[in-house]
Amino acid sequence: MIFGMKNSPGLHLKTYVLILFIVLFAPLGNVLLSKGMKGVGSAKNWVPSELFHILVSIISSGYIWLGIACLLTFFVAYMLVLTWADYSYVQPASSFSYAVVAMLGYFLLGEAVPPLRWVGIFIICVGVFIVGHTHPRTTERA
Amino acid sequence: MLEFFFLFMIVAAGTGGELCVSRAMKVVGEVHDFRPAALVRFVFRAMRVGWMWIGVAMMSLAFFSLLAMLSIENVSFVVPVTALSYAAGAVGAMLFLHERISRQRWLGVFIVCIGVTLVWLSRR
Repeated sequence: MIFGMKNSPGLHLKTYVLILFIVLFAPLGNVLLSKGMKGVGSAKNWVPSELFHILVSIISSGYIWLGIACLLTFFVAYMLVLTWADYSYVQPASSFSYAVVAMLGYFLLGEAVPPLRWVGIFIICVGVFIVGHTHPRTTERA
Repeated sequence: MLEFFFLFMIVAAGTGGELCVSRAMKVVGEVHDFRPAALVRFVFRAMRVGWMWIGVAMMSLAFFSLLAMLSIENVSFVVPVTALSYAAGAVGAMLFLHERISRQRWLGVFIVCIGVTLVWLSRR
């Protein structure tokens, strides 16, 4: 049961759909930002003219804007779901994002993901799950 | 070395920004009315709090550091190591917002740190 939520099937469906949005759009946004930044390239000399050129490339990159759009979608979904579902329910569920970003990096960008990284990501998910299961309010109400 | 610097900026500026925004939100007060007009008034109220601007500036710095790190490292490495924010957030919330952090939360943070260490070691 999701504490603080009305126990209706419609509300549960809405929650699952929005959590799916959170778990997909945050990693997708980061993957698109990564794709965009690989196209822009990294700074070599860190002089102002070079940084300005990189900033112009970032602003004119379609991937970067798509990535920002995905992250905004994630943010809105996150805010919306928190208006009726508990933080202690949403945060552990969204910990899967770390695994999804590695999967998207592997399948969409062709990144090499060594076994040690998969183990590390799994442990991070467990840690975030535990953090999320603690009480969200740690101070007394005024 | 550059990766360390950018990771530090993502975690420190990102967490610092969130803590500043959190402090600003506590100044503004809890939201009870979710109608659009009330939400707009809430945003304007929040924009009058100095902590909000400091927070937004720090979060912007963290975003550009994330972009810089993504230009030199794989996303499957960058995003998991930024989970270190959970540790920075717990320490910052305790020191800056005077929140009490439960043992269970510290355990979760410790496990996240182990995971981040393994991901860092997996770097080519």
